[in-house]
Amino acid sequence: MTTPTLERTDATTNILSLRGVTKNFGAVAALTDISLDVAAGEVVAIVGDNGAGKSTLVKILSGVHLPDAGTIEFDSRPVSIPNPTSALNLGIATVFQDLALCDNLNVIENLFLGQELRPARLNDIAMEVRSWELLRQLSAKIPSVRIPIASLSGGQRQTVAIARSLLGDPKVIILDEPTAALGVAQTAEVLNLVERLRERGLGVIMISHNMADVQAVADRVVVLRLGRNNGDYKVGTVTPEEIIAAITGATDNAVTRRTSQVDLRSIQPITLPDGTIAPPENPTDKEVDR
Amino acid sequence: MTTTAPRPSDLQDERLANREGIRGTFAGFVDKIRGGDLGALPVVIGLAVIWTVLQILNHGFLSAANLVNLLLESSPTGVIALGIVCVLLVAQIDLSVGSVSGLSSAIVGILFVNLGWNVFAAIAVAVLTGVVIGWVYGQIFNRFGVPSFVITLAGLLSFLGLQLYVLKGIGTINIPFDSPLVIFAQLAFVPAWLSYVLVAIAAAGLFLTDLTRARARRTAGLSAQPLSLIALKSGALLVGLGFAAWYLNIARGIGWMFVLFVALVLILNYALTRTKWGRAVFAVGGNVEAARRAGIKVKTIYTSVFVVCSTLAAVGGILAASRLAASSQSSGTGDVNLNAIAAAVIGGTSLFGGRGTAFAALLGIIVIQSISSGLTLLNLDSSFRFMVTGLVLLLAVALDSVSRRSRTNHGRA
Repeated sequence: MTTPTLERTDATTNILSLRGVTKNFGAVAALTDISLDVAAGEVVAIVGDNGAGKSTLVKILSGVHLPDAGTIEFDSRPVSIPNPTSALNLGIATVFQDLALCDNLNVIENLFLGQELRPARLNDIAMEVRSWELLRQLSAKIPSVRIPIASLSGGQRQTVAIARSLLGDPKVIILDEPTAALGVAQTAEVLNLVERLRERGLGVIMISHNMADVQAVADRVVVLRLGRNNGDYKVGTVTPEEIIAAITGATDNAVTRRTSQVDLRSIQPITLPDGTIAPPENPTDKEVDR
Repeated sequence: MTTTAPRPSDLQDERLANREGIRGTFAGFVDKIRGGDLGALPVVIGLAVIWTVLQILNHGFLSAANLVNLLLESSPTGVIALGIVCVLLVAQIDLSVGSVSGLSSAIVGILFVNLGWNVFAAIAVAVLTGVVIGWVYGQIFNRFGVPSFVITLAGLLSFLGLQLYVLKGIGTINIPFDSPLVIFAQLAFVPAWLSYVLVAIAAAGLFLTDLTRARARRTAGLSAQPLSLIALKSGALLVGLGFAAWYLNIARGIGWMFVLFVALVLILNYALTRTKWGRAVFAVGGNVEAARRAGIKVKTIYTSVFVVCSTLAAVGGILAASRLAASSQSSGTGDVNLNAIAAAVIGGTSLFGGRGTAFAALLGIIVIQSISSGLTLLNLDSSFRFMVTGLVLLLAVALDSVSRRSRTNHGRA
């Protein structure tokens, strides 16, 4: 296992590009003619409403589903991704929303789960050294790697999950709602982490519902709507309203009307006529993936 | 991150309390207990209490002769409990270990005594039966998703039935006293000098592994146990085991069957803590989905664990038959099943999966056997034994649940 390269690669070459990807589940067209480009050292946010096809796209890239049509090019070579192992072998690592860590195992054991060094007589020391290297590269704030995952905060767990995906030295990393369940401080930590992945020259695909996060960290925003491409914006040249318009497919809709009353990024509790406080709407309403 | 850093690279976070040397180790230990990570402490304390009470009630209890017997009696069920530890670690259960052990003793009895087979061939067939039973359990569990509770409950009834069927018209098979089986289980004891040599090897082995490990960690720039602590640990082991060996040697000494049991405990401990398979077992017990996504072949792990459990049950059955010098229709029935499961749980294996050690079987069975032996010395029949064992089991599970809650509160789940 080699140490992941730290030097930043040329950001203009596409490391992953999808053309005309289509996926049907029976009569339902989940994805129709999707195009997506990810360059090395670029963070691409994929946004879209529930049912827009984000999860299906992630599953195609991570080898869970096969596309019905279309081509996937990785490193300028056409590839097929029949199963999760082949995705990993290509260099596409996915961090799923539920992180999939074992609470009863410590950080080292979780990092190396399934890819332990020296199977018949585990090399704890080499694994511990490598864990520290990896976590320090990510500037992770984890006090000890010998404590069970259960004692870590949400942001720290996310860091461990991301660090684990880096063990295979991937070129593209897919983060499925990395900030969905996190507090303010942990969200900032994870966003810093995403920037560090970019600095390392990885292509990052980030699924998110949170416009603030997308604006903060992404280079490009790809909007999906009802299984089709519905916009590809450079962050900085686009307002959140425009992205929301692309997501919902209209400029005048429930969301824009609402954001004209309340700023999207600081939704205040609304006092109802009877004096009670309405529960704030959760902007990171998450999809159930499994 | 350099090796010349004043602090080892794994202790650089300023939030970590500086815990070095023997005192630091002790403080860390206290922290662990407070956090609900009790380890073997409850069972060791429990054992001390039980031994004290029984010794007060009957002065013969802690006599060398009784302890020699106690260790021998522990071995068959202890071997079975070892298998139970494995299935509990993946959060499953095997209720049929008693029946499988009974069937295995019946097979050895029939093949070796009635049909005159070579003793090793008979043993091999019995052990292989265990392997096949475990494999079948694994296949049913993986393919049809039937809960292991139900599969092994069916196994409990079926293999009891099979045992009764093959012994129909025979009833009890007496294994000759001059056969290697009975000699091994009843008469073979470690010579006194060899017992001390084994103790010395154990202590030296611990010292050397800890020392090489500490050196390698220091070379890698990680924190390591100080030499004084390593010496203290292996010294304590040397004195403790040496005293036990000396005391047991006053009577007949240490039975080879018990040595076999301890060897199996050590092998399983190595497999669980130092191999990829062991990690996978703990991972499956902790979070099956995470294990699956990490590329662990979860089904293979389940099958392997059921195979280990049934195989050890079969071995336990052979040892029980050798110890009794007989295999009968009642072999492996009654309390064998529950004693084996209770031993694993009393020893500190969590029923919720992902938590436990091979030593749990050793400690747990000694607790159960102590109760049984102590109450027998007091001329109390099995009615009392069942009640007391039941209470101890309840205590152990309650402790497991409480410490689990405490672990959650202290972030150690």
